[in-house]
Amino acid sequence: MADKKGWHDLMRGADLPPATSLEYKTGSWRSMRPVFDASNCIHCMICVAYCPDMAIPITKSEEGVVGKGGRLYKGAVRLETNFDYCKGCGICAQECPTKCITMIREEEAVEASTK
Amino acid sequence: MSVIKPLSGAQAVAEAMRQINPDVVVAYPITPQTPVVEYFAQFVANGLVDTETIPVESEHSAMSATVGASAAGARAMCATSSQGLALMWEVVAAVPGLRLPIVMPIVNRALSAPINIHCDHSDTMGATTIGWIQIFSENAQEAYENMFLALRLAEHKDVLIPAMVMQDGFIISHGVENVKILDDDVVKKFVGERNPDRFLLDVKNPYTIGPLALPDYYFEIKRQQEEAMENAKKIYLEVGEDLSKLTGNKYPYFEEYRIEDAAAVIIVLASAAGTAKDAIDEMRVDGKKVGLLKPKLFRPFPYKEIRDAVKNIPVIGVLDRSISFGSYAPLYTEIRNSLFELENKPKLQSYIFGLGGKDIFKNDIKQIFEELLSGKVNPEEQKYIGLRG
Amino acid sequence: MATLQEIVSKQVPLAPGHRMCSGCSIPVIVNTIIAASDKPVIIANATGCLEVASTIYPFTAWKVPWMHLTFENAAAVAAGIETAYKAFKKRGKMKDDVNIIAFGGDGGTYDIGFQALSGALERGHKFLYVVYDNEGYMNTGNQRSGATPFGADTTTVPAGTMSIGKTQWRKNIVEICAAHRIPYAAQATAHNTLDLFNKAKKAFAADGPSFIAALQPCTTNWKYDTALTMAYSKLAVETNFWPLYEVENGKVHINYKPKERKPIEEFLKGQGRFRHLFKPENRHVIEEMQKMIDEEWERLLKLEESQVQI
Ligand code: SF4
Ligand code: SF4
Repeated sequence: MADKKGWHDLMRGADLPPATSLEYKTGSWRSMRPVFDASNCIHCMICVAYCPDMAIPITKSEEGVVGKGGRLYKGAVRLETNFDYCKGCGICAQECPTKCITMIREEEAVEASTK
Repeated sequence: MSVIKPLSGAQAVAEAMRQINPDVVVAYPITPQTPVVEYFAQFVANGLVDTETIPVESEHSAMSATVGASAAGARAMCATSSQGLALMWEVVAAVPGLRLPIVMPIVNRALSAPINIHCDHSDTMGATTIGWIQIFSENAQEAYENMFLALRLAEHKDVLIPAMVMQDGFIISHGVENVKILDDDVVKKFVGERNPDRFLLDVKNPYTIGPLALPDYYFEIKRQQEEAMENAKKIYLEVGEDLSKLTGNKYPYFEEYRIEDAAAVIIVLASAAGTAKDAIDEMRVDGKKVGLLKPKLFRPFPYKEIRDAVKNIPVIGVLDRSISFGSYAPLYTEIRNSLFELENKPKLQSYIFGLGGKDIFKNDIKQIFEELLSGKVNPEEQKYIGLRG
Repeated sequence: MATLQEIVSKQVPLAPGHRMCSGCSIPVIVNTIIAASDKPVIIANATGCLEVASTIYPFTAWKVPWMHLTFENAAAVAAGIETAYKAFKKRGKMKDDVNIIAFGGDGGTYDIGFQALSGALERGHKFLYVVYDNEGYMNTGNQRSGATPFGADTTTVPAGTMSIGKTQWRKNIVEICAAHRIPYAAQATAHNTLDLFNKAKKAFAADGPSFIAALQPCTTNWKYDTALTMAYSKLAVETNFWPLYEVENGKVHINYKPKERKPIEEFLKGQGRFRHLFKPENRHVIEEMQKMIDEEWERLLKLEESQVQI
């Protein structure tokens, strides 16, 4: 953001190309962090549908991923939370039917990762 | 080839719109603009155009839907007057910032209160600072031709700002005169197709149009708009030259009428210029050296050019058909500003006339000239023509 | 019937990096509705939370064509886009089919944008209007709107020693829209993804204008913990505060009937905007609220049963 464009170089009329918000990392807003326990996940997609920040990426898995009960879950499966954007609202943890997401204080998470 | 048709100003503008055949026309009635949208609607009803129309529920929605259509990529138009312009003002003010080349014919009418349906210029004079090109027309012929000029100017890639084409309510909009109408094919070729580089219906190239800009960018975006306005001034003359090849008429920033040797000049917009010309012709017969300057392009305003045109005129009367309460009248303000750089400035007098449709007569003009020729003028005093004391 | 797996795998119009509040349910509503469109979408957005927080220059979260003009005219802008689309189709300038959607908050819909909405519905433009309804002017900090519920504390009608907050019930925007004889109008919520998705499908398939009012719990101004957004959305439905229903060609169909409706207190408690109602002297307000909700529900059941046209 240091190099903001001058008026000669901005697109006419304040028009913007798509999805430039990807450069704005809302993860810095977070005070609580969702910790995802993949081994307990049933890939129901509730957290994905409910995340206001599109911070839970998904992929299509043909071979399947191991989740709750050691079972293989195929099709749309969730991946690790994208902490660039997760604001730490806690909706995912609140709504997860298997309680496989836990909210911890962001400082704890940072401490844990630097140990 | 062209034909002469007896048309009112409203019909002439509707005729121009028929020949332009825009993608979308949005209609809402307001006296005295109503016949413009009525005539156009009849063209649609009779299949003379294949424009899609939206008969909206208010002027606010009229301009909003026009903007929606224009941002979607369409050549879109609407028309209005007075209270209608006032109601849609919020959206009107947003159009230049979005850089949409909307052309809007306006039939000038006084603003409430008291409510009044007749002509003055207080409606469009309230919209001079927001970034629309404004072109005044003296008569139906000019209104007709100015539509094409405005369209090509607004849509020029170095301009891309909206334009208003004004004509005087009732005096021009409802008065019938002979209008020389170009061939449909000639107009079609002249106006071509709108080719926007970014538009909403281009779903494969999605853009965000109309975001929120805070102090870190707003100023820069507004500066771009001023650049467009500066470009519009240059390109107005270029487009005018092109149009001139079709009509044989000229499109200068302003019309000069017998001012070369004039001892006194009146500067006035729109239909009153016609009355002034008649007065001048008669006074010239009597040996009075009088002349007229009629600005056509009001935004962007041709300050320097007007300065050069009138620098040797001893005395000038500026006639405004609107009042700017608590300050100099709008046209007078611009003329005063134009003269600032001159060492020896012409003497100036400001006159207000014709508010709410009050007529101005040839004799009024003659009296003004006499006053100007007598040299008894006061640039600080605003005089009123035809006002009962 | 789509599954959640299918819904989350569809087109997602919003990118991360937007600045809606943590725990806001607007993006969930927007994503679910647009997931239901098999065609490209074009969006007209009224001024409000969604517009402001998704497009702070030079950042935009939108991946689809999107426009904002002003506050009160999203329906008129959408009407203009739809008409341009018709013109382009007619003149052979465009082949793709599209769905046109207008998004507005409740202020931009029930209040200041009401006239433009009514006009666009009456004229029959084929577009979907969605109100994300957080029951007040939340972008400007919780002012009263025509959607604010009875008894709520807002900054323009605050609760105080002489005031219970708002003393009027909200407008019935769904029935008002349905009364324009449009083919489809519905009430939905942020949390019921399948219901919202199905309603959006029907709305896109409708031959004319369609309307969805989606309740959008607002963590910032309803004043509850950010994690509870979907919980409050559910409670609104379980208490019949916000029934899930649709009006297809004028006929009411209730999509969900709670087996045992919960008392309204369960929805009210924990929300800062209703805190004053739990004072002993204000208990009567809750009772009155309960009565209104039950009467409204009875009326809705009758409308469904009779199949009388709205
Ligand atoms: S809600 Fe829980 S179980 Fe469902 S996908 Fe998310 S983490 Fe897995
Ligand atoms: S905490 Fe909130 S923002 Fe973060 S992943 Fe969960 S739902 Fe998304």
